[in-house]
Order: sequence, then structure tokens, then C-alpha cells
Amino acid sequence: MTYGEAVSRLKERFGADAIKTTEFRDNRRIHVGTDTVYAVLECLKRDCGFDMLAELSAADYLHYPNATDRYGIWYVLVNCNDGARIVVKTFANDPDPAVPSVYSLWRGADWMEREVYDMYGVVFEGHPDLRRILMPDEFTAYPMRKDYPMRGRGERHNFPIITRAES
Amino acid sequence: MAVGPSDSVIVTKLDLLANWVRKNSLWPMPFATACCGIELMATGASRHDIARFGAEAMRFSPRQCDLMIVAGRVVMKMLPVLQRIWLQMPEPKWCISMGACASSGGVFDTYAVVQGIDRFIPVDIYVPGCPPRPEQLLQSVIDLQAVIQRTGTITGAEFRARTRSEAPQTLALDITGADRLVAPGNYQSATRLQK
Repeated sequence: MTYGEAVSRLKERFGADAIKTTEFRDNRRIHVGTDTVYAVLECLKRDCGFDMLAELSAADYLHYPNATDRYGIWYVLVNCNDGARIVVKTFANDPDPAVPSVYSLWRGADWMEREVYDMYGVVFEGHPDLRRILMPDEFTAYPMRKDYPMRGRGERHNFPIITRAES
Repeated sequence: MAVGPSDSVIVTKLDLLANWVRKNSLWPMPFATACCGIELMATGASRHDIARFGAEAMRFSPRQCDLMIVAGRVVMKMLPVLQRIWLQMPEPKWCISMGACASSGGVFDTYAVVQGIDRFIPVDIYVPGCPPRPEQLLQSVIDLQAVIQRTGTITGAEFRARTRSEAPQTLALDITGADRLVAPGNYQSATRLQK
């Protein structure tokens, strides 16, 4: 199923207001709310043939020109039969940014959702094992947020010092 | 008839003998975390051949080593491992900090990267470069041999004298209160913090 057919099917099912589309070069995106994103992705997977989740990532739009929401989370889907691609994008906001987990649709979303949670603090509701994946467990901040200082808050210096005499 | 040592006997200090033995049989522990590790491998390979300086026996167990070569950046998640490996090495032991990242954090002035391993473990020789050429690493081994020959004692007294951290006390560019990012950064003062 092509992009246009998929969009018309989504509009038919969820209503034209719930499905907004934007384009940038060959990058065709569908913007949906966090309440309908799971149903849209499920429809794209089961009915439209977009069976592979190629990418799941996020961005922080703090201080971004003309941005209305803070966290953007996107899903890049690929139709393995014809190679068509589609980007589904949703937004979450402070406090407690949360989106539904798509682990039940794609098992491959497991680590990608954990990475987004680790870096941005976006909670994926329904994820079976949502914990940090790259940063150590005792790390408290979300380092890819724009309001986190690039040099951190002293985490890199919080270790015991071993002198030569005692080692 | 005077009785003296014959030509087949030499008299020396025990320290000198121990130093001579130790410096020519360094067993490196390659702690290679980044591209410096590739240069370290090249140093061990036939073209540069660290065996010419008696340091070819690289072991991947800290229990069998007495020279730790930290090659590459060390992140905050890796540092407890580095400290543990250092403590597991038997005495006498030395440490070479290879490359800009291990010595100072290099270009990775970020929240995760330790700004110089000498803040947390003792370092004997620093090798500049990004990454250093194998010749530089060989020179650091030669320099370390000179240090061992000059300062070494059989009892390890020179180690026990180093009771304080030898790192710079504060970061040259420390985190300030208003640590806001600016782009593309102030390259004059090499900081990205806004005043």
C-alpha cells in the first residue's frame, strides 16, 4: 500500500482531523496525538502492510522556533513488500511525558524505547522492562534534554580517588 | 696477597639490580577503549615491535601485568572498572596514560567522559597525541624505563611516598552555575558556556 492510500485509509478510520500530514523533501510524515498513536501504528501494521519498525527516536524541541510541544517521538515504518516508508510523529509534554509502548506490535521497539527513555525521560506506558540502557542505573538526569548542561552536573567527577600509596 | 673481586663478579646495589630486571620486563595490560587501542596494537605488531624494549608480553589479565596502558577515552560508566583492574594488578606496577582522551578527556568535554584518568588513578607517563603514533608509545616505554631505573627501589618506597592525588585540582574550565549552551561556541576561550 502506498503512502497516499495509507493516509486515506487512516483518515477514513480516525477522521480527517486526527491525521495531519507534512512533507519535507521525500520525507512524508503523519502527525497524530499520543492518544491515537498506538491505534494508528496498529492500523498501519495490520491493514496497510507497514510491517517493519525501522526507527524509533525522539527530539527535544525546547527553544526550537515555532515549536508548540516539547518532545517529538517518531516512528519510521517500512513496508517490506514494496519498500514504502512512512513516518509517524507524536508529541509529549512536561511534566511526565508519556506515550504508549509499541512493544506489543514490534518486539524490536524494546531497546529503542529504553534508549528514548534513558536520554529524554519519555515514559513508554506498557513497556515490560523500562529501565536505563546506556547510562548507569544510578544516573538521575536525562542527558539529551536541551536544558541539561553539556558538561553534566558533576557526574563525571563523582568517584573515589585512588592515590599511588594506597593502591 | 690482596683478595678482591675477580673479573667475573660485579658489585652493585640491590635496588639497581631490581630496577634493571623490572624495567626490561614490563608486561603491559592493554586497557584499550578507543582508537588509541589500534595504535597500541600497531605498537605490538612486527613493524614497530615493542618486544625490542622487553614489553611484548601483553596479558589480558591484570593479575599477570605490571604496566597498565590506558588507551582511549574512559567514560563514567567505565571508570569503576578501570579502578578495579588497577587495584587487581600486583606490585610493582606503573600506568601509562596514552592519548589526549585518557590524559585530559580530549575533545570529549561532555557529561559522560572523565576529564583525565589521573583524577582517579595514579599515572606515571602521559603520551600526547590523538592518537599517538607507535613511536611515541615506544618513547613512553623508554622514558618509563628511565624512571624505573632512576627512582625504583626494591621495597617500593617511591610508591608509598605518593600519598596525594597528582591530578590538577580543579578543571581548567569548570562547570559554572549558569551553564547554558550557546552555538556555535566561543572558540577563543575554548568553552561553550555562556557568561
